[in-house]
Amino acid sequence: MSNLLFSTDHEWVKVEGNVAYIGITDYAQKQLGEIVYVELPEVDDAFEKGDSFGVIESVKAASDAYIPVTGKIVEINEELVDSPQLVNEDAFGNWIVKVEMSDLSELEELMNSQQYEAYCEE
Amino acid sequence: MHRYIPNTDADKKRMLDTIGVNSVEDLFHDIPKELRLERPLKVEGPLSEMEMTKHMKELTSKNKGVDELVSFLGAGAYDHYIPSIVKHLAMRSEFYTAYTPYQPEISQGTLQVIFEYQTMMSNLTGMDVSNASMYDGGTACVEAAMMAVEATRRASIVVSKTVNPEVRKILKTYMKFREVEVIEVDMADGVTDLDKLKAVVDKTTAGVIIQSPNFFGIIEDVVEVEKLVHENKANLIMSVDPISLGLLKSPGELGADIVVGEAQALGNALNFGGPHLGFIATKSKLVRKMPGRIVGQSEDVEGKRAFVLTLQAREQHIRRFKATSNICSNQALNALMASIYLITMGKKGLKEVALQSTQKAHYAFNQLTQNGKIKPLFNKPFFKEFAVTSGVEASHINNELLKNNIIGGYQLDQAYPELNNGLLFCVTEKRTKAEIDQLVGLLEVIS
Amino acid sequence: MRKYDHLIFEISKEGRKAYSLPINDVDMGKVEDLIPEAFLAEKEVDLPEVSEIDVVRHFTNLSNKNYGVDTGFYPLGSCTMKYNPKINEDMAALDGFTSLHPLQPEETVQGALEVMYKLDEMLADIAGMERVSLQPAAGSHGELAGLMIIKSYHESRGDLKRKKIIVPDSAHGTNPATAAVAGFEIIEIKSDKNGAVDLDALKAVLNDEIAGLMLTNPSTLGLFETNIKVIADLVHEAGGLLYYDGANMNAIMGLSRPGDMGFDVIHFNLHKTFSTPHGGGGPGSGPVGVRADLVPFLPVPVIEKKDDKYILDYDRPQTIGKIKNFYGNFGVMLRAYTYILTMGPEGLKEASETAVLNANYMMKRLKEYYYLPIDQTCKHEFVLGGLGKDSEVTTLDIAKRLLDYGYHPPTIYFPLIVNQAIMVEPTETESLETLDSFIDTMIKIAGEAKEDPNLLKNAPYNTLARRIDEVKAAKDLILKWS
Repeated sequence: MSNLLFSTDHEWVKVEGNVAYIGITDYAQKQLGEIVYVELPEVDDAFEKGDSFGVIESVKAASDAYIPVTGKIVEINEELVDSPQLVNEDAFGNWIVKVEMSDLSELEELMNSQQYEAYCEE
Repeated sequence: MHRYIPNTDADKKRMLDTIGVNSVEDLFHDIPKELRLERPLKVEGPLSEMEMTKHMKELTSKNKGVDELVSFLGAGAYDHYIPSIVKHLAMRSEFYTAYTPYQPEISQGTLQVIFEYQTMMSNLTGMDVSNASMYDGGTACVEAAMMAVEATRRASIVVSKTVNPEVRKILKTYMKFREVEVIEVDMADGVTDLDKLKAVVDKTTAGVIIQSPNFFGIIEDVVEVEKLVHENKANLIMSVDPISLGLLKSPGELGADIVVGEAQALGNALNFGGPHLGFIATKSKLVRKMPGRIVGQSEDVEGKRAFVLTLQAREQHIRRFKATSNICSNQALNALMASIYLITMGKKGLKEVALQSTQKAHYAFNQLTQNGKIKPLFNKPFFKEFAVTSGVEASHINNELLKNNIIGGYQLDQAYPELNNGLLFCVTEKRTKAEIDQLVGLLEVIS
Repeated sequence: MRKYDHLIFEISKEGRKAYSLPINDVDMGKVEDLIPEAFLAEKEVDLPEVSEIDVVRHFTNLSNKNYGVDTGFYPLGSCTMKYNPKINEDMAALDGFTSLHPLQPEETVQGALEVMYKLDEMLADIAGMERVSLQPAAGSHGELAGLMIIKSYHESRGDLKRKKIIVPDSAHGTNPATAAVAGFEIIEIKSDKNGAVDLDALKAVLNDEIAGLMLTNPSTLGLFETNIKVIADLVHEAGGLLYYDGANMNAIMGLSRPGDMGFDVIHFNLHKTFSTPHGGGGPGSGPVGVRADLVPFLPVPVIEKKDDKYILDYDRPQTIGKIKNFYGNFGVMLRAYTYILTMGPEGLKEASETAVLNANYMMKRLKEYYYLPIDQTCKHEFVLGGLGKDSEVTTLDIAKRLLDYGYHPPTIYFPLIVNQAIMVEPTETESLETLDSFIDTMIKIAGEAKEDPNLLKNAPYNTLARRIDEVKAAKDLILKWS
């Protein structure tokens, strides 16, 4: 978890060069409860930081997932289509989208793991 | 004391004592004086049951419906036969006095009815899923358009001018507020003009709406339309008459993505325009974009099959301003009637209704157009409605027919000024040869 | 009684039939000669084949698996599950109404138009509005018509900046959903500690971009907004309009009118306040009423009286347009019309007074056993906060246990601003004995919660179906029989 960055909307970001893997945090999956569906964007869709790129749905809630960095979708995690519960089982091990970032400076606004833990406790 | 209010004065006194106030008036102390209504409401009554019935019978004596007159009027509401058992079963008060089935343990009746309705509407339309019903055919069409907009993230809807004009009006009202463009495509010989359609459908089109049989009763050839729509990655939305599906290819077979329509014809009375019911069905890939209530099969803790409202996270009470639609109450009781109708008619009966309507409509068409005074407006294959014109004003013809206890056709110039003197006649299985012959005989004289 | 667990498709048998049609008396030959074969289906539609008695038993058995107002007490907050008088059904079933085609000549439907015209007048007086359109098919449809009217009003004045609607966090889910469908941006404001509109929060968001405020009064907590005049003035001074969600109208009939409170647009729920049945999820009817200067914006057609004849008026240049096929759920209007006439002015007032009395009585007796977050005189309903913070038993468990005792539970987990909310609305049509037995049951359940929480966690036990796996339903998505 220490190599991840976090947004205030409870998304995590793992950076590899100018590509970012994005998922939702363990805290977020617990809030949602048992996940029954993950609505994914399409490859090549472009998003501005803060846009909703998908919806995570449980029985009692449907929650938008907001993209923490501006960029273009280069890959989606197809596994989640049939097995959305993977997000419940291992939120940090199952990324949702892979994004080619267009502005690396946006990463500076994200939290590190200590900051995020403190944020969740508030 | 009113008969619907059981508490006696003594009961009320006891309750006030328990609460610790002197009078009911004290319970309204929180409404500021200047906001209190200090006069009786201006409503009539109270009437006893006998007085009420008498009053209503006086009102119905000012009406003349299809029970007294012979109707050749359709145009979106249809006088098909309703089996006797429909009202007996739908009027079981365990159905009609229940709320939306939010407590599934004590609502398995309603839930199973909806599940069976969904199954039959899916089979009828050739789609994977149906919801529990919409308000009517018009708003169902609007919701389909919004599904296409959401699914494609495009903001333009193309609709053929052969789609029911009332449905197009409703569509335009809604889309104006949603800031979605609506492009109407003209017609040629009573069907959607394919060349004109090709000119407007492109990569910005979210959906194309085609009605078949269309407003003129004509069966649209959608083979080329389907190719065009899907080449542009748009959605094909088909609006259909469910009765026609007893005979015609299903929209699913024709490649539709979303199917909508008005299902009043399935066991629901004309009711002066409502309550009727709309339906919407779609392919699995769009199920999460579909508005309204949906019932799914599951199990209870003992492993027994049980039904429950599902995919509720899309709905307004959970998703609030991000919901797929604001629909809440729909037309559940009308969907129950449609279900009882479809089950009673079954696969053979529905086909028979469609066949008889087709045969009788074609008989009427042939007889009416035989002498040359009444002319067909279009030369295309039709189902149970057809459009004709003559040298005489349509309103004059209808007035004369009414004098002979016949409700004539829909006057087409109301929605299509270019179709001067045009009349749209509808003939269902309820019409007899004698009634059709009478219509033909009268028109010989009038036109 | 024998258990019934068949789907109609499972009892279908080839060759059975339940329909009767006359012999076709015109012979037009083969259908292929009338309609080209390319358009015709190759197979018959997969529908059941059953005999008439199969259909009758099937639906009778299914009805036995339901719970309606006719079965028992239904204190479902916000839904006003009052008794649905039988005479209403008789009147709505008269052939002279059910057999009317909506496009018939006006001279053949004068009785129907008269009912609609008079219902419009009576509803307008009940709400203190100028005119009412009966077109909307349900409450949320009425809300939509109302918000479209508000938008059109601002646009007609060239006031094009007003694209935001304020909605309190205590509002019905339909409010924000409808505002979005009408093309508005939604601003949610927090309620104060008593669940009322927080005046400072309201002032902070009011500006020249606000089209209006949507409000329920009494609020979704069942409490009257005593500041309503101040709220109305604030919104009006900022150039906005005030929208009344009529879900809670059963508290104020003949006592106070939204129009007098300063509301500009209102929707009614005929299926709540005016006793028309809920039908297991509709049909409802959600007429929309407006103040005088908003009448031009009502949806078309509007019913007018001209030289002693009723007409459908479509010639209204400022109308929002058409929002529904034909004229609305006419059959539901007939029931509401019958209800109003059988109640009369005094009866309607007595209904609201008694609804409020019943609610206060229940609240008083229950508050010793359940957590009551706001302890003040309520109107027609009140909201409990479950068994309080220390109990491990949830509101869902309490609701499910009520099923075992033969009651429909109250509305749960709404409004969202009350934790573990239980929203109780008894209505006026229940007797003291019914209220007392329900209260006694609730008290008993509070006791069970302390002694044996697990008993509640696994409830219900006595129902035809027990707790149902909703996750499985949403994951497997079996939405039709196959």
